[in-house]
Amino acid sequence: MSATLRRRSLSIGLILAFFGVWEVLCIALNVSDLVLPRPSEIFTVLWQRAPQLWPHMLQTLGTTLLGFVLGVATGVVLGAIVGSSRLAYDTAYPLLIGFSSIPKVAVVPIFVLWFGSGTVPAVLTSLVICFFPIVVNIATGLATTEPELEDVLKALGASKFDILWNVGLPRTMPFFFASLKVAITYAFVGTVLSETVASNRGIGNVMISASSNFNVPLAFAGLFILAGLGIALYAIFSLIERQVTGWATRKREIAV
Amino acid sequence: MSGRKAIELESVGVTFGSGADAVPALSPTTMDIGEGEFVALVGPSGCGKSTILKLVAGLVAPTTGVVVVGGREASAKAQRIGMAFQNPTMLPWLTVEKNVMLPLKIVQPYRAEFRAKRKGEFRDKVHALLGEVGLRDFANAYPWQLSGGMLQRANLCRALVHEPRILLLDEPFGALDQFTREELWAALQSLWMAHRPTVLLVTHDLREAGYLASRICVMSARPGRILDDSPVDSARPRTLASTYEPDFAARTQRLRDLIVGAQRHVAEVH
Repeated sequence: MSATLRRRSLSIGLILAFFGVWEVLCIALNVSDLVLPRPSEIFTVLWQRAPQLWPHMLQTLGTTLLGFVLGVATGVVLGAIVGSSRLAYDTAYPLLIGFSSIPKVAVVPIFVLWFGSGTVPAVLTSLVICFFPIVVNIATGLATTEPELEDVLKALGASKFDILWNVGLPRTMPFFFASLKVAITYAFVGTVLSETVASNRGIGNVMISASSNFNVPLAFAGLFILAGLGIALYAIFSLIERQVTGWATRKREIAV
Repeated sequence: MSGRKAIELESVGVTFGSGADAVPALSPTTMDIGEGEFVALVGPSGCGKSTILKLVAGLVAPTTGVVVVGGREASAKAQRIGMAFQNPTMLPWLTVEKNVMLPLKIVQPYRAEFRAKRKGEFRDKVHALLGEVGLRDFANAYPWQLSGGMLQRANLCRALVHEPRILLLDEPFGALDQFTREELWAALQSLWMAHRPTVLLVTHDLREAGYLASRICVMSARPGRILDDSPVDSARPRTLASTYEPDFAARTQRLRDLIVGAQRHVAEVH
């Protein structure tokens, strides 16, 4: 327990030190708040503008979560298909890689063209940006099922679905949660990207309008909100992960 | 032995791949195994021993000939076959009890009653079976808490829990140390005597074959065929001491010569 406490206090210490050095450097070098505002200024803005920022934050959070949920669903289905056979794996991979290599900034205008500006393109952007790591991880998890175990189950007359349900999917859970943590942060990137380009709501929009008004502290406040949301969701998934896939992290317990 | 045939191979040959890449794995082989027999397949590496197991399990289709299991042509559908490999492949997220119970979740008629009985009758069944191999106290342990020998015991239980008529074992004790292996021979012998499935055991260990089997088939090098097929008549339960008796040693020696001869023959041909 004391080891956990020590780790936590160290990581909080690191964050505080980061802001401290930032603050001190800004004062020492006399940096203008148009270039890089001090953390204290940013937190003041956050505090003062909280009532106006709150709905934007909810907008971004809602959009991200919706895109994330849809992305996870798409990713799990595609991953299950791709991972279910060698042939599907080899066939679909080039297409998926090609798809994931497209800079997502480039697809936002297309979504706007199709669906107009606002929430829909933001949801779609976060969907397309976050589903890929999930596909890869689910597919890999399924593809690494021991062939002997598959033989044992097939000899029992198990269907493909039986094997997927009893062995394949539980086995992918550690991979799946690892990918969720990556995907949730990607989903934020997608949402904000789309909000920046084509929306009049959300943190992305707040930041772009703040920077065009040279309200740099407000733009940074937007960044802080995004970072905070990202950390919070990451922490939530880590917690769920530990509940669901504790069996995969047992080695650490033994080592300690 | 009831005299009925559990497994019939009728000039079964297997070739993997086709055209120029074709690799013959098994020369046309004919072989009958009676119900309740314990047959050991021995032979050099890569001679098609495992292929025979997969044919019987319906995992590989014969290129020529017919495989008949329990009076029907072999297929992976709706058969009550138990299998165990060298790798115990226990699922790390399930307790030993739940791992052993897995076949009941899949095979009929257990499957239909699984939800209703998994905490009662099925649980008792699994515990009784674990008890037979000395693992009753480990029912709620996770696989990583067990030693290799214990995992292999659990693996045998998983292969037998649905009361298969046929048990296929592919070098199940190959990765264990000598003492553990000998303990497991005794465990397997008593399981076999209690449940009387038809067993087909692939092994490299001639002492293992002589101790466990009621019949030993020696296979030639790839593409395999059966060189020798002889019964082992000594009384059961057999003891480890019996594996050091003169007839046992003589039989082991004869089998060894056959296998070495088969390998030398290949070396000369190539």
